[in-house]
Amino acid sequence: MENILAHAKRVAEAAEVFMVSSEETPVQFEANRLKHIQSKQSTSVALRIVRQGKIGYATTTELGDSQNLVNNAVETAEFGMTAKFELPALTFYPKVEVFDPTVESVTIDEMAKLGEELITTIRGHTSDIVCEAGVTKGAISVHIINSRGGQADYKQSIFSLGIEGHLIRDTDMLFVGESQSSCHPLLEPKAVAEVVLQQLELAKNRAAIPTKSMPVIFTPDGVASALIPPLMAAFNGKIVLEGASPIGSKLGQPVFDEKLWLWDDPTIAYRPESRPCDDEGIPSQRTPLIEQGTVANFLYDLQTAALAHTRSTGNGSRNGGGLPAPAPSAFIIAPGSTTFDEMVNDIKEGLVIEQLMGATQGNILGGDFSGNVLLGYKVESGKIVGRVKDTMVSGNVYQLLKQIIAIGSDAKWVGGFLKTPHLYCPSLSIATKEPQNYL
Amino acid sequence: MTHIEAVGRQLAEALKGYSADYIEVHLEESQTSRITYRGRELESIGKTSAIGGNVRALVRGGWGFVSFNSLNELPSRVELAVKQAQFVGNEESQLAPVEPVADTVSSKDKDPVAVPLAEKKQLLDEYNDIIWHTPRIQTSIISYGDSHKKVIFSNSSGSYIEQESSGITLRLAAVATEGSEVQQVGLSLGSNGDFSLIQGLHHQVEQMAQRAVELLSAPQVKGGEYTVVLDPVLAGVFVHEAFGHLSEADCVYEDDRLREIMVLGRKFGGAELNIVDTAAIPRLRGSYKYDDEGVPATKTYLIREGKLVGRLHSRETAAKMKEKPTGNARAINYHYPPIVRMTNTYIEPRSASFDDIIGDIKEGVYAKNWYGGMTSMEMFTFSAGEAYMIRNGKLAETLRPVVLTGNVFTTLNNIDAIGNDLEMNQGGGCGKGGQSPLPVSNGSPHIRIRHCLVGGR
Repeated sequence: MENILAHAKRVAEAAEVFMVSSEETPVQFEANRLKHIQSKQSTSVALRIVRQGKIGYATTTELGDSQNLVNNAVETAEFGMTAKFELPALTFYPKVEVFDPTVESVTIDEMAKLGEELITTIRGHTSDIVCEAGVTKGAISVHIINSRGGQADYKQSIFSLGIEGHLIRDTDMLFVGESQSSCHPLLEPKAVAEVVLQQLELAKNRAAIPTKSMPVIFTPDGVASALIPPLMAAFNGKIVLEGASPIGSKLGQPVFDEKLWLWDDPTIAYRPESRPCDDEGIPSQRTPLIEQGTVANFLYDLQTAALAHTRSTGNGSRNGGGLPAPAPSAFIIAPGSTTFDEMVNDIKEGLVIEQLMGATQGNILGGDFSGNVLLGYKVESGKIVGRVKDTMVSGNVYQLLKQIIAIGSDAKWVGGFLKTPHLYCPSLSIATKEPQNYL
Repeated sequence: MTHIEAVGRQLAEALKGYSADYIEVHLEESQTSRITYRGRELESIGKTSAIGGNVRALVRGGWGFVSFNSLNELPSRVELAVKQAQFVGNEESQLAPVEPVADTVSSKDKDPVAVPLAEKKQLLDEYNDIIWHTPRIQTSIISYGDSHKKVIFSNSSGSYIEQESSGITLRLAAVATEGSEVQQVGLSLGSNGDFSLIQGLHHQVEQMAQRAVELLSAPQVKGGEYTVVLDPVLAGVFVHEAFGHLSEADCVYEDDRLREIMVLGRKFGGAELNIVDTAAIPRLRGSYKYDDEGVPATKTYLIREGKLVGRLHSRETAAKMKEKPTGNARAINYHYPPIVRMTNTYIEPRSASFDDIIGDIKEGVYAKNWYGGMTSMEMFTFSAGEAYMIRNGKLAETLRPVVLTGNVFTTLNNIDAIGNDLEMNQGGGCGKGGQSPLPVSNGSPHIRIRHCLVGGR
């Protein structure tokens, strides 16, 4: 790495080398049985330079070939954007614990047993369900050095445990599933299994639902699939800078229900999305985004922050292998005080949304979402009466979150990138197939 | 001979010497370039080069897989894959027989990565200028990517195949705003490496930007059931989502219930409906000569005259279902094992003209272009980038983009008109099992679907 940096410094005013190495061992079950064991190792190096004021960028997997890497970066710099930022000098980083050495020592045998136990528990409840499960351990190490003497290194361990089940009765299919991840080994499959067992219980019966607007409860998974993608775009400093975020001009203004609090937090110990610094070597921080319904901040990397005349929030991400760009680490929505049962009890006729399929296909920037309720339950007179099918919901995040009836008291991690409670909203538009059209 | 060729030759010789039922090795070298615009100016430009590979081993029905960047110590990686497979395996390995192949397939098109960056930037500047010349456009997003790669495949049955391939994707989007109202319209294009196919699209780009502005004042459709007409682009996405994924045998072969449902001969649609998947048409995005298990590409009828007649296979799924391999095992790159995927999937054209199709619709929706689509086997959703009401047999007001949903066991049966105007769309990429985007193309003529559920207010 030092070699690449030295080489680059000869042709550029500023240079930064980012190297990431990863090792991952997924153990996978198909159709209820152990099917694959994989071992994936990868290493890549990215070089960002500023040459004659402009940004050049190249990546390679061949560590030995620094000449080619530098040449590619120089070639692109001719056309690159004008650099407005300064790379960070040597700095202190907050202590964010993300490495647990015991992850590595979990054996393949133990991982296979975890998966088996998970599947056995689910099939103990519903014998004809077909399950796919995955147990994965891994580690990544990140090194950043730059021409201003900045330097960052950290190691992270990752362990995940997940299951998806499908149940087919005639041509009716039911999909259930749950996955959890941590920087610690997850050796207790019960927590994952219980979520799936509850889904199976609630979905036992079918329920009809009319085409109209009605109150709706988003479970944490429902929040993740319907409401979060538009918000992630809207708080992205780059989209704000372009004027394409509907809340870009509303800093300090109330846009959401005053019960709503949201922040981005990469500093929570042993979470897979946590890290001591971002991909540009900027220290991690907890950034409030919505405070009491008011827009509090947007997320920035170095270049975008410089263009917007503000400071990086430590959200420079190289997801996808390109130049750093603003991206959330983990969104956290503050829990409220209402239990899920209390929400259900409050509803005369309504819908619980657990999984929405296709919600992110629409006009995300505008906050519109529309999707098929892949897993959702009808509520009648304060009770869940069964699962709905052939049902679409449509709404707009900004209209929906302007008025929230209640926020759940227990927040849950979803997919590693979101911790949220249940959200109970007064009205959402529902469209459904008329029953006579079933075959 | 390049480095991976030398390594590949040497390793191929050694593959028979391990105690596994089957071993295959992929070695890959690739170059890519990428240019993105957000707003008026070029935002990022970069080049990548990568070398890597993987080993996959099968022992008593269990699979081991090892992927890597460094080509050092390959014999120990093969041993690790074999050891993993031995840990898993507890039944008889089954792979459909395939004749060993020795072949070299070079790319027919000019390597797009080698086109000078200045030429690519010039073209994108022209498109971006057109978008920005449209009044009320707030911003634009352009993302161009190209790739050139060479993959060497060898296996323990003696196959040795070198294949070169190239690809280009170009996505453009125009974003229009008014107050806090934001609307966007996108255009997705692609080719298997031919740069000229993404040149000269100035008129299309102009129309795209104008549509984004029009949407600011367009109403949203009222949710409910409609007779829906799909244009060839969206109908292609529909056939991919609504039926293509369910015809991938890896979701069926170990699931007895699904095998009963997906039994060959089952009626899914009307007598006019034929659905095909084939990688054997030259020069489409999903085309190739051999898949990633070294199986030659074929043309597979999935539905013929409304009945299920075939499905897409890897060697393992074909053997377990006692059907013929179709050459549909694909991996996006060396980090992943091949899984069953679509290639170029389409509905065959029939005789109806567009006027025949919309002529007798009293109230319906004409949906064009695509945002995306998703499926969960039974249920699927797909979304249109453009939509219009149809009133009394004529196109009427412009609508906000719509999301449509259906159920594979009813919706295909509700197709009651198929047009004569087949077109293939090259702008798509498909995701499955964490592998995305895989180059595919989809196509169809215009089709009409009765009782289609449309989301709306």
